[in-house]
Amino acid sequence: MITLANVLSCTIVFAVPLLLVALGGMFSERSGVINIALEGIMIIGALAACLCLKAMDAAGLGNVNPQLAVLGAVLVAGVFGVLYSLFLAFAAINLKADQTIGGTALNQFAPAFAVVLTWAIQGQGQTQIQIPSWVRITRATFGLQEAEPSFWNNLVFKYFYITTPLAILLLIGAYILLFRTKFGLRLRACGEHPQAADSVGINVYTMRYAGVMIGGFLGGIGGFAYTLAAGSTFASSVGGYGFLALAVMIFGNWNPWSILGGSLFFALFKVVASYSATIPFLPTFEGVKSASNIYQMLPYIVTMILLIFTSKKSRAPKAEGIPYDKGSR
Amino acid sequence: MMKQFKQKLASPAYVGFMSSVITILAGLLFGFLLLLALNAPAALDGMGALLSNGISNLNSFAKVLYQAAPLMMCGLSVGFAFKTGLFNIGAPGQYTMGAFCAILLATQFQMPWWVCLLGSMVGGAVWGLFPGLFKALFNVNEVITSIMFNWIGVYLINLIFANLPMTLANYWGATNSDRTADLAKANPDAMIPRLGLDKLFGSTYMNISIFIAIILAIVMYVVLNKTTFGYELKACGLNKNASLYAGINANRNIVLSMVIAGALAGIGGGLYYLAGTGQYVLEKAILSRGFDGIPVALLANSNPVGTIFTALFISYLSVGGSAMQPNFSTETVNIIISVIIYLAAFSLLVRNLLGKAFKPKATKEDKQ
Repeated sequence: MITLANVLSCTIVFAVPLLLVALGGMFSERSGVINIALEGIMIIGALAACLCLKAMDAAGLGNVNPQLAVLGAVLVAGVFGVLYSLFLAFAAINLKADQTIGGTALNQFAPAFAVVLTWAIQGQGQTQIQIPSWVRITRATFGLQEAEPSFWNNLVFKYFYITTPLAILLLIGAYILLFRTKFGLRLRACGEHPQAADSVGINVYTMRYAGVMIGGFLGGIGGFAYTLAAGSTFASSVGGYGFLALAVMIFGNWNPWSILGGSLFFALFKVVASYSATIPFLPTFEGVKSASNIYQMLPYIVTMILLIFTSKKSRAPKAEGIPYDKGSR
Repeated sequence: MMKQFKQKLASPAYVGFMSSVITILAGLLFGFLLLLALNAPAALDGMGALLSNGISNLNSFAKVLYQAAPLMMCGLSVGFAFKTGLFNIGAPGQYTMGAFCAILLATQFQMPWWVCLLGSMVGGAVWGLFPGLFKALFNVNEVITSIMFNWIGVYLINLIFANLPMTLANYWGATNSDRTADLAKANPDAMIPRLGLDKLFGSTYMNISIFIAIILAIVMYVVLNKTTFGYELKACGLNKNASLYAGINANRNIVLSMVIAGALAGIGGGLYYLAGTGQYVLEKAILSRGFDGIPVALLANSNPVGTIFTALFISYLSVGGSAMQPNFSTETVNIIISVIIYLAAFSLLVRNLLGKAFKPKATKEDKQ
């Protein structure tokens, strides 16, 4: 039972970055800009947040009110995500550049920049940023006594960060913003038929900028959430989660609830792979060395199989990837 | 006379070349500013090392050529897919599969080098086939399939290598089992011939792989520009509907283009790991060299002959980057390269501006 609690708890903590980043990608693509730069945006967000945490730790702020400090770091991650995504927006919207290429450049820039900056700040060869231990929400945060490991205790407190409840709020917020507001309707119109949107007086450029920037905000926070989930250090990488989030978004058909399902599903497979040795009912493949690789491959293979069945229904925003030119008809 | 000269300047090839040069210079300038910001006193030395290390001695130059060969193949791969309107972000996976097949044939089956190289081509082609088939049959975006298959490839290879002891270094007398065998010990015949070039350059990095890559680049140029097949591929890339209307089988071309792109990247993996100087380390990460094929192709505007030069240039920069330590991290080079790609993304704009600047006013009136 404790293993099950651990697996579920771990699934949720890894689903959070996928969910946030895929939602970010959704906003960007719904407005008509393909955001392949999510991986890079995640790295920049995580880098900024980790440096911020490090500074707060050094200043002693962390011990005063740890969760408020983490919330501050989350905001920093989001803001830097927005700033970084502006590069994509500028190239894609104003300069009408190829969006995949611009995104690729941002993806290549981010990890290199993170390494160079960490190296410059922490001294030669120091390419990892330590995350302070006070970021996790424990029983003590709520003033509770330490308890023995039990199903519920492990489920809630094994991997509990402020990003988890925040992600739920952001998911609901994202749904309301996209489907229940005037802004959301206009954003979607710009991704489906920008000429039509323009003809009724919607500024396509502004809406696309908004879409990319919301994407950057969620992507940056997602990057920080990944770093919290992955361990105690930030090593200038988010382990390909930006690309996975892109797959989750397509898989979730650019819809918030399906994206939630997709990210939980994907995270579950990832976690089962890393827990494969301790889960009793899984086949252990006697005589095969490094059998965990089989489980590592599974989520990708299953995604491919599912994509075959869902691709017929797949409905990408019609105008995504096409720069909007006022003059064209 | 002046008009003729100006017309020459306005030719697309020249404008394309100039816009690449401008983006490269802008990238280098950005890199220099970054070095100044990080560590001003060492910036000039760092930049000097970056720009001169590649030709500072024969060993470095041999290293430039040695790294350029696989880069060139990855660049050709990405560029070839671009010409068909496909974004082959799967080059890392195809490259890795090529490396895997080459190492497998070389160590487990003790094959000569050319069999291994053909094997690497087949391995890459198979990994390119999947995105092509998924796109053609199920309309799944090739970017997603490629990304998924990059990861499937990494884990599959780790699994197979771990279960075939003959492929690993510790079977051949080394102590580490986390990497594949040293070819000099396992099967010297599988190493790409050096033909005395190593003695000429005084460097074990030197072999004939760079010449193989250049020949393949020229072959790709001929295929794309001088054959019906290449014409059909480019037509599909420019306008899929128009080419369908003209009776071109677009789905067949998508699959073929991805298979060829995969084969090219696969050969790149073969060339690198059959040189005998690098061993494949069983990691849980995707090899980045395939990704580096993207800037190589972009800078060359997907032109196979241009790829020869851009691969040499990027390789030159990365060899220079290793000389920037300890003052700067080698990743500085990746920053410069990424700035260059970012600028290349709107090269169209630069090209239009250049075209306007060089265009003689008279010709405009002639047209009217």
